[in-house]
Amino acid sequence: MPRQFALPDLGEGLTEAEIIAVLVREGDVIKEDAPLLEVETDKAQVEIPSPIAGRVEQIHVQPGQTVKVGAVLVTFSDDGAATRSAPAAAAAPRGAPARPAAPTPPASPAPAAGPVAATPATRRLARELGVDLKTVGGTGPGGRVLDGDVRAAAPTPRATPGATPPPAKPAAPAGTARPLASVGLETPPLPRFEQWGPVERAPLSHLRRTIAERMTLSATLIPHVTHFDRADITDLDAIITRNLEAARAKGVTLTLTGFILKAAALALRDHPQFNASLDPAAGELILKRYHHLGVAVATDRGLIVPVLRDVDQKPVLEIARELAALAQRVREGKAALEDLRGGTFTITNIGALGGTAAIPIINYPEVAILGVARARLEPVVRQGQIVPRLLLPLTLTFDHRVADGADGARFATEIVSRLEAPERLLWEW
Amino acid sequence: MVMGDLVDEVDVAVVGGGPGGYSAAFRCAELGLETVVIDADKRLGGACLFEGCIPSKALLHVAAVLSDAARAREFGVDFGEPRISLDPLRKWKQERVVGKLARGLAGVAKAKKVEVIGGRGVFEDSTTLRVERGDVLRKIRFKHAIVATGSRPSGLPGVTIDSERVMDSTAALELPEIPERLLVIGGGYIGLEMGTVYAALGSRVTLVEMTDGLLPGVDRDLVQPLQRRVDKIFAAIHLGTKVAAIREVGSEIEADLEGRGTERFDRVLVAVGRRAQSGGLGLEATRARLTERGGFIQVDDRCRTDDPRIYAVGDVTGEPMLAHRAMRQGKVVAEVLAGRPAAFDNVAIPAVVFTDPEIAWCGLNEAQAESQGVEAKVSKFQWAASGRAATIGRSDGLTKLVADARSGRLIGVGIVGPGAGELIAEATLAVETAALVEDVAATIHAHPTLSETLMEAAENLLG
Repeated sequence: MPRQFALPDLGEGLTEAEIIAVLVREGDVIKEDAPLLEVETDKAQVEIPSPIAGRVEQIHVQPGQTVKVGAVLVTFSDDGAATRSAPAAAAAPRGAPARPAAPTPPASPAPAAGPVAATPATRRLARELGVDLKTVGGTGPGGRVLDGDVRAAAPTPRATPGATPPPAKPAAPAGTARPLASVGLETPPLPRFEQWGPVERAPLSHLRRTIAERMTLSATLIPHVTHFDRADITDLDAIITRNLEAARAKGVTLTLTGFILKAAALALRDHPQFNASLDPAAGELILKRYHHLGVAVATDRGLIVPVLRDVDQKPVLEIARELAALAQRVREGKAALEDLRGGTFTITNIGALGGTAAIPIINYPEVAILGVARARLEPVVRQGQIVPRLLLPLTLTFDHRVADGADGARFATEIVSRLEAPERLLWEW
Repeated sequence: MVMGDLVDEVDVAVVGGGPGGYSAAFRCAELGLETVVIDADKRLGGACLFEGCIPSKALLHVAAVLSDAARAREFGVDFGEPRISLDPLRKWKQERVVGKLARGLAGVAKAKKVEVIGGRGVFEDSTTLRVERGDVLRKIRFKHAIVATGSRPSGLPGVTIDSERVMDSTAALELPEIPERLLVIGGGYIGLEMGTVYAALGSRVTLVEMTDGLLPGVDRDLVQPLQRRVDKIFAAIHLGTKVAAIREVGSEIEADLEGRGTERFDRVLVAVGRRAQSGGLGLEATRARLTERGGFIQVDDRCRTDDPRIYAVGDVTGEPMLAHRAMRQGKVVAEVLAGRPAAFDNVAIPAVVFTDPEIAWCGLNEAQAESQGVEAKVSKFQWAASGRAATIGRSDGLTKLVADARSGRLIGVGIVGPGAGELIAEATLAVETAALVEDVAATIHAHPTLSETLMEAAENLLG
């Protein structure tokens, strides 16, 4: 009997993925767990192993195509090799929680009359996400609509912690063009640009689409405020330079980012409203008792934000070590989904690329983001004398719904004062 | 006090202190909304607690004790003839049952800081309620109002006459006396429950029902065991019979039963249904609208009326008029007002007739499934095959499942037998959560219990 393999639930919030590569051909006889497809979500590039052993009868997708959770990817026939008789459920990509979502029955029963089969909690979720349950095909037993089905049908992908932040260089064009999900505002019609000269249309890559949708969501939903400050890191820079070799002997490259992460995490402990998410429906601020910081990392495919856990509790050396390893995994496309979610605050360092300051957009549903620009030697007046000091421009952008300008200023000052007196980082953790 | 002197501003004003009203008010308060309840009797509990569900169940419990004691002769235990003292019985019902629960609700209101205002609430417009109590007037300005004024017993023209011998369910629950001969007009659940109470206490009960069966609208196979039972305990049951007129003649009531001549009774209970209390509320000053039939307040699935500030829950919004439906609606409205994504979208509303045997059902029956275009499969399990039913000497029950043949989903359950009202809970959960018949069959049910009949019926359906 032919078995169909559908895109499994990729974890909370992820509803679709782009097919990067198909690693098998029709007619191939493959083993269980053999690499089947490579897909990219807005979180990571992952390899999907085959849930069963068998012959690949038909491949339903091609590279560049974006598919929803639940869409059929491959049909297997079970001649050729023994198949596992149990439903091949554990086919979730690396790093994603295993969920029973894999081979779908050939066709779910046609929607019956009367109420939609779903538990009360799932029906509540549908209302929350604005999904009409009647339009959702249920993949549960007897055609029951499950939470995952509702999420997959939600009009706007739900942003999750650790999501992709500030746009960087565009990824290679791929896929077919589809309208972007909106957050309720209608985009006014565009003029016919052809009337002024020749134009070209290029579809957005998966990553670019995701960034566009997330940034629209954040910028539309959140009243952004930006506070500017500068930290005198002359002393910190000297410390880094002095200890570079010693750290390298321990296999760690000391970077300014490690110190900024530590300083921000400690400041967040004293200003919990910046380590939070707003629940407007409940009228509540969700204060997170953990401090997992996201760091924007440039990769060939675009910008990705891996997350460091419990930064406030770790020494700087450990932070630097973990950050280097994490950045490497991300650049090699080997990051697990767990590396990319659960962030509570984001730092984006655009210093390497120049500029004097940038105002990043908040990584929804977080409420604040710290932009770091390039440090420069500048003339500073000290005790009536002009002296050269190394100044680091910082921009703290935060959600005005949860904090006011004065709160932002105090929080920024806490970060600055730790960077200016780095000895504090020795005894605070 | 001069009108308009006192204007209170609140987030939510609830009109009516019954189950729908207090459930809404308590949940509103929990969600941080300042809430008041306006109740004509300045108390929480409504018809359910004071003149409905609770006192009738207390009396039905007494009836069950009496009938169990009588049945005990079957297994060689004789308690002798029961002696019934009405005063202690009334006192127990009123103080130990109703009074205790009423004090409990008042305590909860206090703890949740929900003020209960005595008086009749009348809308002046979409933001203001006038509370009338004697010549005292108080105004309440609200952000949202919830109408939960419930229902009251319907009268029967030409039959409901001004005599204390002609009672509605409220009066009958007061137990004014144990009449020797009682005429019950109406074979619905109220007539059957109250008829059962009075029959157990010693009245000769004659029941008259206009249609040709008891409990119109309920599945016949569920009604049958009850019919057999009431045939024994009632003096007479006249189906397809109308009461043309009644007259008070001395200390008796003379009733003209169409096609059966005239009979005499000591008292009459009119139990021909309940109707919405939607009049006199000043709703015409708001944008809320009533249905043409029944005068129910029209609401959407958020229980909102056509006036965006005014919501309504419970009996005043239509059938089925059941306290637990009102309670769920009340909680839904509170969540809606607190900005949460709630809706009254329940699939299964259990209904229970607390007779002996009890009848309970939820979801769809075969006919309803068919009319909705669902291909239904039905399974019936007779309690004659239940061990537990045998041990309590009650093999007269039936458990029936209705499933969607295509998906295998359980879409309705009907049960008749002692304890059916408790057994229906599992069935309701199964239907509400879209469980498959297979799920019920594969769930372990304690042995020996009556709940096994659900599992057995599910197994039968799977074949």
